[in-house]
Amino acid sequence: MAKRIVVDPVTRIEGHLRIDAEVAGGRVRKAWSSGQMWRGIEVILQGRDPRDAWLFTQRICGVCTTVHAITSVRAVENALGLEVPINAQYIRNLVLALHALHDHIVHFYTLSALDWVDVVAALKADPARTAALAQGLSDWPNNGKSRFKAVKEKVQALVESGQLGPFAHGYWGHPAMTLPPEANLMAVSHYLEALDYQRKATQALGILGGKNPHVQNLAVGGVATAINPDNEATLNMDRLYQVRQLLEEVRAFVHQVYLPDVIAVGALYKDWLAHGAGVMNYLAVPDMPLDTAGTRFDLPGGTLFDGDLSTARAFKGFQDPYFRDNVAESIAHSWYEGDWTRHPFEEETVPHYTDFQDEGKYSWVKAPRFQGRPMQVGPLAQVLVGYALNHEPTRRYVDDALARVGTLAKTRVVPAALHSTPGRHLARAIRTAVISDLAVKHWELLVANIGRGDYAICNPPAFPLGEQRGFGFHEAPRGALSHWIVIRDGQIRNYQCVVPSTWNAGPRDGKGQPGPYEAALVGNPVADPERPLEVLRTIHSFDPCIACAVHMLDPSGRETVRVRVL
Amino acid sequence: MARDPQLDALNPKVTRRSFLKACTAAAAALGLADEAVPRLVEAAASPARPPVVWLHFQECTGCSEALLRASHPDIARLILDLVSLDYHETVMAAAGHQAEAALADTLKRHEGRFICVVEGGIPTKDGGVYCRIGGRTAMEILADVAPRSAAVIAIGNCAAFGGIQAARPNPTGAVGVRDLVADHSVVNVPGCPPNPVSFLGTVLHYLTFKRLPPTDHLGRPLFAYGRKIHDHCERRAHFDEGRFAEAFGDANHRRGYCLYKTGCKGPETYNSCPAVRFNDVGAWPVGVGHGCIGCSEPGFWDTMTPFYERLPGVAVPQGRGTVAAADRIGKGVFTVAAAAAGIHAAIGVGRKIWRSRSGGGEG
Repeated sequence: MAKRIVVDPVTRIEGHLRIDAEVAGGRVRKAWSSGQMWRGIEVILQGRDPRDAWLFTQRICGVCTTVHAITSVRAVENALGLEVPINAQYIRNLVLALHALHDHIVHFYTLSALDWVDVVAALKADPARTAALAQGLSDWPNNGKSRFKAVKEKVQALVESGQLGPFAHGYWGHPAMTLPPEANLMAVSHYLEALDYQRKATQALGILGGKNPHVQNLAVGGVATAINPDNEATLNMDRLYQVRQLLEEVRAFVHQVYLPDVIAVGALYKDWLAHGAGVMNYLAVPDMPLDTAGTRFDLPGGTLFDGDLSTARAFKGFQDPYFRDNVAESIAHSWYEGDWTRHPFEEETVPHYTDFQDEGKYSWVKAPRFQGRPMQVGPLAQVLVGYALNHEPTRRYVDDALARVGTLAKTRVVPAALHSTPGRHLARAIRTAVISDLAVKHWELLVANIGRGDYAICNPPAFPLGEQRGFGFHEAPRGALSHWIVIRDGQIRNYQCVVPSTWNAGPRDGKGQPGPYEAALVGNPVADPERPLEVLRTIHSFDPCIACAVHMLDPSGRETVRVRVL
Repeated sequence: MARDPQLDALNPKVTRRSFLKACTAAAAALGLADEAVPRLVEAAASPARPPVVWLHFQECTGCSEALLRASHPDIARLILDLVSLDYHETVMAAAGHQAEAALADTLKRHEGRFICVVEGGIPTKDGGVYCRIGGRTAMEILADVAPRSAAVIAIGNCAAFGGIQAARPNPTGAVGVRDLVADHSVVNVPGCPPNPVSFLGTVLHYLTFKRLPPTDHLGRPLFAYGRKIHDHCERRAHFDEGRFAEAFGDANHRRGYCLYKTGCKGPETYNSCPAVRFNDVGAWPVGVGHGCIGCSEPGFWDTMTPFYERLPGVAVPQGRGTVAAADRIGKGVFTVAAAAAGIHAAIGVGRKIWRSRSGGGEG
C-alpha cells in the first residue's frame, strides 16, 4: 500500500517549497516538486532603467546575493556589446569566489549537516576518541581532545536547558542516523566553527562590495569600487591585504575542515552513494573571466548527457550560440495557460491556476530544458563537466577526494559514485576548494594590474534608440544562472531569468520528463514516512533556493487543499 | 581559559567576561548610558530565554542572512544566547508537520510572551494566494501568530513597507505588517537588508525595558533611523565644498569625493550606515564608491529610482559653506517620505484584516 508524504514547508532552504512523494515498500516510487510563492520582480522591471536592473534582481534572493547582480549587468553589457575593464572582472571574480566560499560552508553545515548528524547522539561520544578520529582526517588545530570535551559539555548544557531552539523537533534518534557518536561530536564542533568562517568570507566580500548581503558596488560596464593606492578612502593596499588575510583563513578552513568532513560523511554513509542520482544530464557555464570580453575563463562550463563524460561539449564565451540558442522553458505542468515550450526571449506569461493536480499542473515553477532535455545544474554539474573537459584543478581534487573516500570506506570509489546524494555534497566541497585556490590567484592578478598603474573600473553604458537583446550567464553556487533582456529605447521591455533552482526544482515537461528533484527522489529509501528524513537528505543536497525559481510567474486563483500524510 | 567564541553559540550561559563585553557594546550601539548595562545584563541573563517565532513571507532571506554575518559584538551568538529561536524556516532542524508542531507548541506554551519577527511582505491580492506555507496563506499565518505575541518586529523593508514586491505595479498587492496588524506593538526595522545592529538593538531594548524603543512617524527606532545618511556621511565635507565624482572611476571618484552626482540618495534617507557600517570591516556602499539607494525609506524602489540619476531639489553648495544649505535639504525630506507613504497606502489593501485579541504586549 502506497503512502503519500507531503513535506510542506521544506525547511533549511531559502523560499517556500512543497515536496510530495509516494512511498511503497520503504522507497519513493514517484515524486512531485512544487514552488509556493511568487513576487513578480520581472513584471516590476518592465519600463525601468536597465542600469537599475541588477539592484532589483539581486533581491530575488538574499542567499544567492551577488549572483543575480553579476548576471544582470552581464546581460545588459551583452545587449550593448559593452566590455568591462579588467579590474572590474577581477573584482567581480573575487566577489563570486568569496560568495561561493560563504554559501557552500553555510549550506553544508547550517542547512544540511543536521540531515546526517545527530546532535543529541554526540553526547555519547568520547572526546579522546573523537580527537583521534578528527586528527586522522586533518591537522586542523582545533581538533584536540579538550575542544571536543568542551563542545560535548555545551551540548549537554543546551539539552538540559530544555530550550533546544532551532534544534527542537529535529530527527534525533532516527534509524537512518548511523554516524558513530564520535563523528557526530566532531561534526557539531565544526558546525559551530563554520559560523565564524562563513562570516569571514562575507567580511572580505563586504570590503569589496560595500556590504553583504546585497553588495552595492556593481554597475553596468564595470564596478563602482574606487581603486587608488594613494588614498585612504578607496580600495588601497591596506584594504586589499585585509581581503587576502580573511580569504586565507577561510581557505584553510575549507581545506582542513570542510572537505575532510564531507569525505568522512561520504565514507561513513557509503550505502547512500547508490541513491539520489536522478537526471544525469549536466549543465554548467564558464566563469571567472580572464579578459575584458569574456572569452577566456578559469572555470570551464558546458554540457554532458546521460552521465557520459565523452559527450562533454564546452561553452566558449559570453556570446556562445550553443548556449544562447538551446535554452527553452516548458509550462505543461506549471500553472500557466497552454502547453508550450519556448525560448526565453519569446515567452509569454498567462497565469492559469488550478489545484495541485498529480497528472496535470502542480507548480508555479516552469521546466527549463536544453535541447529538449532536463538538465541537472549545480556543483555536481560543475565538477563533472570540468572533469570531462580536463580542467586540471578539478581532476586533481576529484581523484584525491575519491581516493580518500575509498580508503576510509575500504572500497574502491569511482567518479560514477558522484551521481548520488552524497556525491552532490562532495562535488560542492571539491568545487569550494578549487574556488578558494582561484580566489588567491585572482587577488594576485588584481594587485599586479593595479601595480601597473591601471585604476580603470567602469566603461559607462550608452543606450541607443531601437531594440537590443542580450543574455548573461554566471555559474552561481547553486548552478548555471542566466538572465535574458530585451531593451527598447533605453527601457526594459522584457526580462526573464532562467535560474539554477528552476532547472533543478522544475516539474515535468510536455514529454512527461520529470525534473531533477523529482527524478532524484525515485528509489530513495524512507524508513519512517512520518519522519521523512531521507527525502530531506536528497532535496537538501541540491541546495534548494526557491524564491529564485518562482520569481517570474504570474499566477492567480484559489488556494490548494492541503494533503497530509495518508 | 581562553574564550572560545564558537562554543558560546550553544551555551545558554556564556562566559561572564564575554557576556559583559557584548552587553556593553550593545548598550553603546543603542546609545544608552553606562548605567543601563546592568539592566541589559539582567535581562539577557534571565534563565529562560524568551521564545522567538520568525515568520518568512515574500522575501529573499537577506535579512536572516544579514544576521548570520553579524559579528560585532558577536551579535549572532548574543541572539542565540538571548532568545530561544523556536521557529525559523531557514535554520530549524524540523521540516513539514514537525516544523508546524514547533510553531504550535510555542504559540500554546508562550501565548502573549513570545516575540514575533516578520521577514518579507504579505501579498493580499486574490486572497493571498501568492505566498503559502504549510497550506496557509501568509495573511492567515500573520493573523494567527501576531496577535498572540508580546511584540512584533518587522525586519527589512519588505515586512516594514511591502518592499520590492510592492514596487510599481505591485502585482501581488504586497503590503507591510503595519498595513494588516492593528492595535499591536509593531516596530519597523527597514533596510534591504537592515544592518543587524539595528535589529539587535531593538530586541535588546525590548528585553531590557519591556517596551519597544521610541520611533519616528514610520515606526523606525530613533536610535538607528534618527538621522539622515547625509548628516553623518564621511564624504559630507566634499559635498559642502562642491567636490563631486561625475562618473565611477573618474579622477574625483578615485579621490573619494561626494557621490551625489552619480545618484546618491543619502540626502533623503534616514539610517545609521555611515556610523555603524557593515560586516565589522568598516565598509558601507558610499565608502567603496557607490551611492546610497535609500533602502530604509518606504517605497524607495519607486521614489528613489532611477538609482543613477541625481535627486531632484537638492541645493548643491558649490563650495559656499555648508550648514545652512544642509538644513534646508533636511526639511524637504519629511515631505518626500510622507508622499511615499501616501503612494504606498493607495496601492495597499485599504483595510485592516483583523484586530489584536489580547490588546498587545507591554509596549
